[in-house]
Amino acid sequence: MADNQPDRGQRGLPGGKPRYSAFAVAKNSMSYHQDWQRAWRDAEPKSEYDAVIIGGGGHGLATAYYLAAVHGMTNIAVIEKGWLGGGNTGRNTTIIRSNYLWDESAAIYEHSMKLWEGLSQDLNFNVMFSQRGVLTIAHSEHELREMSRRVHAIRLNGIDSEILGPAEIKKFVPTINIDQSIRYPVMGGFLQRRGGTARHDAVAWGYARAADDLGVDIIQKCEVTGLRRQGRKIVGVETSRGFIKTKKVGCVVAGHSSVVAAMAGIRLPIASRPLQALVSEPIKPILDTVIMSNAVHMYISQSDKGEMVLGAGVDKYNSYAQRGSFPVPEHMLAAAVELFPVLSRLRMLRHWGGIVDTCPDASPIISKTDIEGLYFDCGWGTGGFKATPGSGHVFADLIANDRPNKIAAPYTLDRFRSGLLIDEHGAAGVAH
Amino acid sequence: MFKIGKSTSQIARLTKNSRVDQKRKISFTFDGTSYSGYAGDTLASALLANGVHLVGRSFKYHRPRGILSAGSEEPNALIRLGKGAYAEPNLRATQIEIFDGLYAESQNRVPSLSLDIGAINSVLARFFPAGFYYKTFMWPASMWMKYEHVIRHAAGLGKAADDHNDPDRYEKTHTHCDVLVAGGGAAGLMAALQAARSGARVIIADEQNEFGGWLLGEANISIDGTPALDWIAKIIDEMAAMPNVTMLPRTTVFGYMDSNYLTLNERVTDHLPERPAHLPRQRLWKVRAKQTVLAQGAHERPLVFAGNDLPGVMLAGAVRTYINRYAALPGQRAIVMTNNDDAYRTGMALHDAGARVTIVDLRAEPKGALIRAATNAGIEILAGHAVITAHGNHRVARVEIAPIDDTATAIAGDFIHRDCDVIAMSGGLSPAVHLHSQARGKLQWDDKKLCFKPSTTHEASFNAGAGNGTFDLASAIKEGIRCGARAASAAGFKNTMADSPSVAMPKQSWTPLAAWNIPNGHAEGAGPKAFVDFQNDVTANDVRLAAREGYQSVEHLKRYTTTGMGTDQGKTSNINALAILADALGNEIPEVGTTTLRMPYTPSNLGAIAGRDIGHLFDPVRLTRMDDWHRSHGATFEHVGQWMRAWYYPQEGETMAEAVNREVLAARTTAGLLDASTLGKIDIRGPDAAEFLDRVYTNGWSKLAVGRCRYGLMLKDDGMVMDDGVTTRLGKNHFHMTTTTGGAAGVLDWLEEWLQTEWPDLQVYLTSVTEQWAVATLSGPNANKILQDAGIDIDLSPTSFPFMSMQNCHIGGLPARVFRISFTGELSYEINVAARHGLALWTHLMKSGAAHGITPYGTEAMHVLRAEKGFIIVGQETDGSVTPHDLGMDWIISKAKPDFIGKRALARTTMAYDDRKQLVGLKTKDPQQVIPEGAHAVRDPNQPLPMDMLGQVTSSYHSPNLGYSIAMALLKGGHNMHGQTVFFPLLDGRVIEAEVVDTVFFDPKGERING
Ligand SMILES: Cc1cc2nc3c(=O)[nH]c(=O)nc-3n(C[C@H](O)[C@H](O)[C@H](O)COP(=O)(O)OP(=O)(O)OC[C@H]3O[C@@H](n4cnc5c(N)ncnc54)[C@H](O)[C@@H]3O)c2cc1C
Repeated sequence: MADNQPDRGQRGLPGGKPRYSAFAVAKNSMSYHQDWQRAWRDAEPKSEYDAVIIGGGGHGLATAYYLAAVHGMTNIAVIEKGWLGGGNTGRNTTIIRSNYLWDESAAIYEHSMKLWEGLSQDLNFNVMFSQRGVLTIAHSEHELREMSRRVHAIRLNGIDSEILGPAEIKKFVPTINIDQSIRYPVMGGFLQRRGGTARHDAVAWGYARAADDLGVDIIQKCEVTGLRRQGRKIVGVETSRGFIKTKKVGCVVAGHSSVVAAMAGIRLPIASRPLQALVSEPIKPILDTVIMSNAVHMYISQSDKGEMVLGAGVDKYNSYAQRGSFPVPEHMLAAAVELFPVLSRLRMLRHWGGIVDTCPDASPIISKTDIEGLYFDCGWGTGGFKATPGSGHVFADLIANDRPNKIAAPYTLDRFRSGLLIDEHGAAGVAH
Repeated sequence: MFKIGKSTSQIARLTKNSRVDQKRKISFTFDGTSYSGYAGDTLASALLANGVHLVGRSFKYHRPRGILSAGSEEPNALIRLGKGAYAEPNLRATQIEIFDGLYAESQNRVPSLSLDIGAINSVLARFFPAGFYYKTFMWPASMWMKYEHVIRHAAGLGKAADDHNDPDRYEKTHTHCDVLVAGGGAAGLMAALQAARSGARVIIADEQNEFGGWLLGEANISIDGTPALDWIAKIIDEMAAMPNVTMLPRTTVFGYMDSNYLTLNERVTDHLPERPAHLPRQRLWKVRAKQTVLAQGAHERPLVFAGNDLPGVMLAGAVRTYINRYAALPGQRAIVMTNNDDAYRTGMALHDAGARVTIVDLRAEPKGALIRAATNAGIEILAGHAVITAHGNHRVARVEIAPIDDTATAIAGDFIHRDCDVIAMSGGLSPAVHLHSQARGKLQWDDKKLCFKPSTTHEASFNAGAGNGTFDLASAIKEGIRCGARAASAAGFKNTMADSPSVAMPKQSWTPLAAWNIPNGHAEGAGPKAFVDFQNDVTANDVRLAAREGYQSVEHLKRYTTTGMGTDQGKTSNINALAILADALGNEIPEVGTTTLRMPYTPSNLGAIAGRDIGHLFDPVRLTRMDDWHRSHGATFEHVGQWMRAWYYPQEGETMAEAVNREVLAARTTAGLLDASTLGKIDIRGPDAAEFLDRVYTNGWSKLAVGRCRYGLMLKDDGMVMDDGVTTRLGKNHFHMTTTTGGAAGVLDWLEEWLQTEWPDLQVYLTSVTEQWAVATLSGPNANKILQDAGIDIDLSPTSFPFMSMQNCHIGGLPARVFRISFTGELSYEINVAARHGLALWTHLMKSGAAHGITPYGTEAMHVLRAEKGFIIVGQETDGSVTPHDLGMDWIISKAKPDFIGKRALARTTMAYDDRKQLVGLKTKDPQQVIPEGAHAVRDPNQPLPMDMLGQVTSSYHSPNLGYSIAMALLKGGHNMHGQTVFFPLLDGRVIEAEVVDTVFFDPKGERING
């Protein structure tokens, strides 16, 4: 996967929408910014589409965009019950990396990474993809051993990764505490320099605008309430704004996947759980990379606005309420203050939760179903933001061709029956 | 009439009765200049008393900003407080109580507040509308990281402490109460008093230093015939004397979670010049309340007009508060701009303090007692007018005023000019519905009062006072009493409602005129900026631009323009933004909706949430009973879960490799002693204990004889190996299970989960006894001799004490359970004694074994010894994706048992696929080369990336007993690869070549087990 570049299709608003640029901003300031167009039309649902994508998160919008840009399917719609990006896309901590252990995972996340690289230009929308590096810390001999395993595998998969010792870590991240006498000292870490963060909302908006440019209808405030079938075939979706006829339905609804699957009588091996995150008040830059620590369950970065962005592990109960329990951030902040003592005198500004869809093996489902024309892309759990472009790209391919490509193939629903799991949970124990 | 005092420093201080103590002078430093104030001042009031208005710079345009409010809603006056390790950024000057020696600095300016080079952004503002960065910085692609670097440094507000080690301590308190009251204004105090008198346990918290809320800033109100603040003082005194009441000033209720669980942040010592060592800096209260009364009051809204962000443009209520509460006069030439009656009270206060006042009322025909009073006082009133533009440099200096039409959307006449040095504006009140909304309560729009107020609640809670949209004082007090009564009775306390007091103050109307965006005579988008969100520099035009571009949901608006995303969380800006959005969309405000409010109510210290669970209290360190001995004998340690285990015992001058080799050799030639106390131990009892084991292990247990041990593998329901260990039958219905060290807690949870949720019919009882037993493993050919010398009182011959059995005995007088099991392949005993005897046993064995070459060995030698024998370590040879078959352990899968956890999963076709990763041994071609653990095998090391990987090395060591390097690996189809050569490309470019061999390297026939 190192050298084959994904097919990016038609790029940069071929549909003819006015393009964004510094020049356009300057020009528009002459007319006091009165002439900017809508980023995407507020489409009324048509009675029929060639395909309907349920879920206007990043993955759903990316799927629609690549269906149009790569496969030429433009008579399609994205249906979102609330506002675009209001699910986990707008709630995540935006860590992007492709340094996964298993070959199957490396393939899809690296596919995604390549699409990230150049995404702003593809979409003509600055998604602020920032390759500031992602450094994962090891705190015990056991973790050092696991780290060695991962780095060897990652490197042989052609993906960049390097091991740093405590002193090198301190040089790279001056604010970190590498005192070896703390409870779980920093014993080493591995760094993917191509990893980093992006602006989550911009990803949703950028895909929406570019998909709209190609003719895709983006329909907000429209909830899918049922999936209409004829025998084993899908014939359309029932929505809060009426029935829409279509032969192909792609479900990309993250935390609500089980709910939508149930509309077709399908049970998914997915548990929906709260995952929490928080940000501090903005301060001048003190951290220019992303730090993850699985042993103490915390990860941290600093946004371009200056807020420290912190996240933890999932709450251990199932729920659809977008809130978690207090002990999780309590524990996470204790860990964060251990590693970054400077945080102690900063303040929590916002805190929230999202509902993440996790499979038993912590890997996603990109799959056909027993019902013809019904496809699922879900189970990205705590770490799917980074996969947004890649997931959309291969899912579009699956919907267009009705068969998974090589990258998507391992992620069938059937693996839970066959046993060919891709266990990122057990093996890597890694969340985001 | 009051007079400006004489003190030259406090030029805007009034001599007047107030909440500051003019006898107690306090000096402090702001931006290098020292000032004085009085006890009771906030930093904001003290600065205003000194005539200082310019206190900060805005986030994006670096515009000069002053003090807007007098409370926690402040967006502008953000300060960096303290020095060195005590420094803290972004604090609101309006909440900082001054003390002697206080040191404060302004933020976000270079080099100084009055001369900030960042202000160039303000000049270029036209090019930076909302969301401009999504449209730019894309070319060339490679430059983004450079642009971003610049953007990052321009953004951010304050600077974190220079010294990162916070010297302060934070505590936590967990408590229950019957009624928690959030907010100690008139309504909250009455609610608390009513509930307290019923006998309920009451907690009342207020974020300010004093109770009294909005009344602290008022004058000329009397309640039951006494001045309002005297009446308040009586209530406070009464409650302070009640043992069932906890009064928490300086305490913010910041989180409201499910089941009436609330979090409070109490600032215990922040206001003190010297902080007593016995007190924490802050205390996090975690309260489970039966009922809550939310009485957080309301926030006044700014008016959105051009130039409304200049220093000197303040909220009308705040201006009044500074005059009445702090005796500080924000200006001498005042413009009061309002859409409601309330600001007239400010007009009167300014007038009484000697300022020249013009009231600019947006309403065409204001009437009522307050308007009459102002007219009678001779105050100029311009009804049906608006301030169109405010001008000034670092402080407002003059305004243009014009008549407007009755919808306040168009200018209807000629401009009037006025000089001024302060503008007191009032756009109406927004109830503080934050906690109600956090608790999933619903909101409804009040079309008369122009605000969202609570409707249905979700938790057991009541809303009272201004926070409920009840702005009239007498009604708010009445509502407080009623809510207190209802909360108390809902919590089970009978009570009769107190009489409502009589309130004497002029009547006023609470229906403001809807005037959300004051016209300025320019075309849309042009003209000077009118701000909605001061901190983040979001203008009315930005809101309209977002709407035009399709960012029309409130959440999109917030995210696109960043309105409401500042440290003030939009307390003063959200409703204005929403109203302007609604206008831009031609929609009604309630249709456009509001966002869900979330924790925290105001920003809350991370250190307080982390509390004491840092440093050594972050996670317990578990030490064995023999730990002292290991330390005094020079052991190095490794982390294994929470445990610290002796890793190896280097002697003078020895390297790790030398030490480990010596230990490994000793265990096979003489004897080694390992501290195995950390192994998980679970005591299993009950008539169904054997049946239970049959279900959780893959092999059979029913027939195991009493006194016999058996090795067991546990699988997850997906058929993958989860844990292993030796379990011994102590009696018919009694077993002793051992688990891996790291897996102990997880295994117990797992077993309990099955027992409690799947098999409640089984009578089995589990107890963790890991800590009850200390374990020393004696291993090696001299083991028997050592035990005999140590005074063991049983026969050790293999016939009477066979391999895989257990005996109770004494060793040197210590009662012991001895298991004859072996993880080294040598003659070996795991000696368990009561934990308190652990150290005695260890030292006794070391003494008894001295003559027989006993050598303590650590976990590293243990790893080598077991690897020589091909024994797996769960978590090293397995990773949650390995089946017993993959490990070559089919023998441990019972064919006879009807079921066990994982059995069904193992029946899946792919479980038998030949290309699964399977456990093999490896011998390196160069016997001295040790393959790094984690290295991956390939058939052809010269293939291009990505390489076709076969699998990874799980364990790898130099074996001193064999004299060459050995390793175990999980390789695809490994069971059929014996004799084949594989290659390991390493990170440093080297490639190691190895041959696939059997996993048992040493003593394959197991002949050494009897010594
Ligand atoms: C706190 C948190 C932190 C995270 N951190 C990271 C991270 O650092 N890195 C990372 O890579 N990933 C992270 N993730 C995970 C990541 O956010 C998700 O995997 C990813 O965003 C999922 O995108 P999506 O488009 O599939 O789902 P979503 O963005 O959730 O979109 C699904 C959409 O479907 C809509 N929908 C649901 N039901 C219906 C219906 N019946 N009809 C119509 N529409 C419907 C929803 O409204 C929603 O908008 C994090 C998640 C959380 C919650």
